[in-house]
Amino acid sequence: MKFTRRQMLILLPAAAVAWEAVLARTPEASPNYKVTEHWWGMLVDISKCIGCGNCVRACATENNVPDGYFRTWIERYHVSDDDLANPVVDSPDGGKNGFPPILEPGGKDFFVPKMCNHCADSPCTQVCPVGATFITPDGVVLVDKKYCIGCRYCIQACPYGCRFLNPKTQTAEKCTLCYHRITKGLTTACCEACPTGARQLADLKNPNDPIHAFLRTHDVQVLKPYMATGAKLFYNDLDGSVR
Amino acid sequence: MPVQGYMYPNEVELAWGILIVVYPYVTGLVAGAFILASLERVFHVEAVKPTYRLALLTALAFLLVAPLPLQLHLGHPERSFEMYLTPHRTSAMAMFGFVYLWYLMAVLVLEIWLDYRRDIVLLSQRTNGLKRTFYHVLALGSMNISENALRIDDRVGHVITVVGIPSAFLLHGYVGFIFGSVKANPWWSSPLMPVVFLFSAMVSGIAVVLLLYMFSTWYRKQTIDMRCVDTIARYLFYTFIIDFSLEMLDLVHRIYEADESFRSIDFMVHTRLYLSQIVIQIYIGTLAPIGLLALTQLLKLSEKARKRIYALAGSLVLIGVFAMRWNVVIGGQLFSKSFLGYTTYKIGFVAKEGLVTAIILTLLPFAILWVLVKLLPPWPDRELLPPVGAAATHGDD
Amino acid sequence: MNSFKDAEHLLRVALVFVAATVAFVLVRAVLVPRSFGEYGHYRGNAITEIAAQRVVFAGHQACETCHPDVVTVKNAGKHTGVNCEACHGALATHAADPVTVHPPKLDTAILCVRCHEANDAKPKGFPQVVAKDHSSGLSCETCHQPHSPLVGLGAKP
Repeated sequence: MKFTRRQMLILLPAAAVAWEAVLARTPEASPNYKVTEHWWGMLVDISKCIGCGNCVRACATENNVPDGYFRTWIERYHVSDDDLANPVVDSPDGGKNGFPPILEPGGKDFFVPKMCNHCADSPCTQVCPVGATFITPDGVVLVDKKYCIGCRYCIQACPYGCRFLNPKTQTAEKCTLCYHRITKGLTTACCEACPTGARQLADLKNPNDPIHAFLRTHDVQVLKPYMATGAKLFYNDLDGSVR
Repeated sequence: MPVQGYMYPNEVELAWGILIVVYPYVTGLVAGAFILASLERVFHVEAVKPTYRLALLTALAFLLVAPLPLQLHLGHPERSFEMYLTPHRTSAMAMFGFVYLWYLMAVLVLEIWLDYRRDIVLLSQRTNGLKRTFYHVLALGSMNISENALRIDDRVGHVITVVGIPSAFLLHGYVGFIFGSVKANPWWSSPLMPVVFLFSAMVSGIAVVLLLYMFSTWYRKQTIDMRCVDTIARYLFYTFIIDFSLEMLDLVHRIYEADESFRSIDFMVHTRLYLSQIVIQIYIGTLAPIGLLALTQLLKLSEKARKRIYALAGSLVLIGVFAMRWNVVIGGQLFSKSFLGYTTYKIGFVAKEGLVTAIILTLLPFAILWVLVKLLPPWPDRELLPPVGAAATHGDD
Repeated sequence: MNSFKDAEHLLRVALVFVAATVAFVLVRAVLVPRSFGEYGHYRGNAITEIAAQRVVFAGHQACETCHPDVVTVKNAGKHTGVNCEACHGALATHAADPVTVHPPKLDTAILCVRCHEANDAKPKGFPQVVAKDHSSGLSCETCHQPHSPLVGLGAKP
């Protein structure tokens, strides 16, 4: 990277100011972010996921996720030609370091990224005895780790297995949709790191968000729709065998 | 091999361990012991009167221990009071905190107090020093044990017991609902769960009072009231038939409907859960005691034979109901919600949530009960005589 | 009154219950956090606390402020949709202090292979090779410019 000294003198302070402005846009400090103007969700495009594990690593880096626990993970499915109902699934260390190229003849294979579905009618917030987990007015399900008593009822109640007990804080933990980023106009760490655009943050309340056009022109699904959780994690090209 | 097939990565480690097995076991014994006590008080089953006070004290001893496994399990027990400060009304667990409190204070403690009040006053008059102060405080400073006062006590106590029966049903039914309302887990999610929990609680509670009565009477070298134990055993038998029918209904329904979870659960029951579910819960813990109790109902057996059968059946019941709690709590977490795999429960030995802790917590109520029977003797052969004109010939036991 | 004297002990019990309830209400007023219930059944301050968490990935807009020349190269090639930190790792510390904090050197032997190693489960149209057969031991950047990797399309490394 070759910068002239002149370029450095202009660019450095400009960059510093710009970065500070980005960091300062907390909901409190910035009147620009209003919780009532947003309703967050996410779109995952199965046809684009290459199982590189960037998202799993980025999430762990961004959010200091302890080893062996996952706020997001990737599953690899192998569906044999004659048995749609019984896929073979693996997720070595959550897909953090990609997948070994195990080859099974016949059938079809694909990757499925998983994470918290930020359900509008979430069963996990329903069962919390103290009000430590909740959905924000802008649609993100969060855990208040200063209030959580660590009873693990929410972990039992989540149909998608996305919650765990953080062994250091002894409180329940899960994907926060990078709330600290999206309220500053950034995208989530997993979306930022995804090289193929398989993950896209979606603001369902923003009329200009590409999610609306996408939903109109593609067939999307949510996981376990019969549970009526109001999941806001939409999958494009999701096979019927996905659990 | 720890994981077989596929588990969601966060499911591999069990969130609820042996302490969450001990908890419904202990609260179940409370509900069951209380129901037995109320048989006499409300339904006037005279025969079980010798166990009335013992059953109440047993319920209290177990109820006092019940919060301990929960506190040890919590990530932040120091914040557990938040459940009382900001209870989340949609959470069965939060609402249960109040059911527990209601049952402890407004039902059990009050009923014991009213029933024992005369003894408490008399004991405060007959002891000295620290013990005297203790009984005096327990009496709330009121020394009135006139016939009229005692009649009022009896009437109020009767009302409390009547209220107490649905309260006891609620106490343990709620625990069942805490599991039964979790739609994410098909092993738990069922409207039958609160009812099954309740009836198995009654079975275990009746069995524990039966055993405690037989043991304590033998230990104190008194004669066991056979009419009493025969009646208790009969109620145990009937309750067990209902409990077994409910569990069979759940099983048959599951097998018949065979929904998407069935294959995975069925495999688990035949492999990882075989010992605790089929062998211990069903054969040893249900069929054997039902068979033994049926013998005593159908044949005319000697007193000695009946006593032996009751002791054996009662013990098997206690083992079987513990296994049932294990199979619900642990079993519900051994299979994946993807229905594609299984994990194993790794239990610590000497750890906060380990085996030793669980054993201590299960035995602790008996230690507390020992203290309670010293302070408030429940023995029918040791009735304290009224103070007016009679010589004080009894001390405490 | 005779009947009152006989029921007086019940009044004492009732008083104990009332006292306990009053004590509970007072303790509750002190202990419940002020912001509880602001938006729902939870501590309102939790939202701002969580939103104040430190950002570790700068986001590609921050990179583009100082490195527009790379953006030009990238936009002309196949990696146009690949954000900077997808390969370069989390760099908020570098964005905050570009002079002292330098991005770590990347090892293409691991990096490129992660995405482009052939795997049955990857979408069929996605460019993938069996690395050991593809390059006869040469490192990827011998032929491919990472910012615009398609050979013949991108600028020289």
